[in-house]
Amino acid sequence: MSNETPLWEVFIRPRNGLSHKHCGSLHAADEVMALQAARDTYTRRGEGLSVWVVPSKAIFASDPDQAAENFEPGVDKVYRHPTFYDIPDEVGHM
Amino acid sequence: MSASLFNALLELGDDHLIIGHRMSEWCGHAPLLEEDLAMPNMALDMIGASRSLYTYSGELEGKGRDEDQLAYLRLDREYKNCLLAERPNEDFAHTMLKQLYFAAFMEPYWQAALNSSDATIRGIAGKAVKEVAYHIRHAGEWVIRLGDGTEESMSRMAEAVVEMHPYVEELFTMSEDAKACAAAGQLPDRETLRNAFEQTISNIFDQALLEVPAVPFPQLGGRTGHHGEEMGHLLSQLQYVQRAYPGMSW
Repeated sequence: MSNETPLWEVFIRPRNGLSHKHCGSLHAADEVMALQAARDTYTRRGEGLSVWVVPSKAIFASDPDQAAENFEPGVDKVYRHPTFYDIPDEVGHM
Repeated sequence: MSASLFNALLELGDDHLIIGHRMSEWCGHAPLLEEDLAMPNMALDMIGASRSLYTYSGELEGKGRDEDQLAYLRLDREYKNCLLAERPNEDFAHTMLKQLYFAAFMEPYWQAALNSSDATIRGIAGKAVKEVAYHIRHAGEWVIRLGDGTEESMSRMAEAVVEMHPYVEELFTMSEDAKACAAAGQLPDRETLRNAFEQTISNIFDQALLEVPAVPFPQLGGRTGHHGEEMGHLLSQLQYVQRAYPGMSW
């Protein structure tokens, strides 16, 4: 495995004020090459102002087998959504 | 019209078209998927620059020749690109080194052209200068990694330097037309770019553990239309569609 080209996750910020969003992955030997490859692969149509690359192996992901215990307890707790308030008209759009 | 400017822009346009075409030959053959996108990206930058240069030189000529006619409907001796541009791709190391040489020359060239007395040339330079800055970075990082890489990559990179370096000097030679345009402040004097070029190359070669070889006999001839054998094969592919279907557009 050691001579395989490492995998990188690419995050792009489309505009100032927005956050970086994951947009894909690519192979590259190191972080400098990964950044260049990300620029060439994911920003050819003016998609971004800033690019992050992160080694895929640095990402620790949730286990799909634990999806039920992780996420289902949140589904039936409607009171956690702020939908029970009457917004006064003078507030306008929030 | 200015015959000198027409001719000098054609030399510049031919450099970009031919080296861009060479780079485009990698499309679908690059060693990595990521590079298979990056190389045609660079090819499109260069072909894009050639389009602007041909369009403007066609306007200066005033005989109704457009970019397609200048790019596709001339004979091999009428192309005035430097020999570096037309050299075959060989392996990846050759191609990256060739791109580095060309970009390391064009970056200070376009920088200087930002002060041209000609507004259209300033416009073309403004766009191109950003593109070549990236080409230096992209090709340079590869040259560094291949030069300071494995035994195999190191020997191929060193071979590429021996093979390609004799073609560098032609970037600095100037036709009478190019000299006239430099004197008129329209295009940069190529000789003044030597320091910037050498600095870029020696900075990258130092990191790549490569040496700049002495070149007692530089390879010249492209600027006078004396091309290598490979140029004919390149043109037969480049011109095929316009020759087979004259006036075709899409």
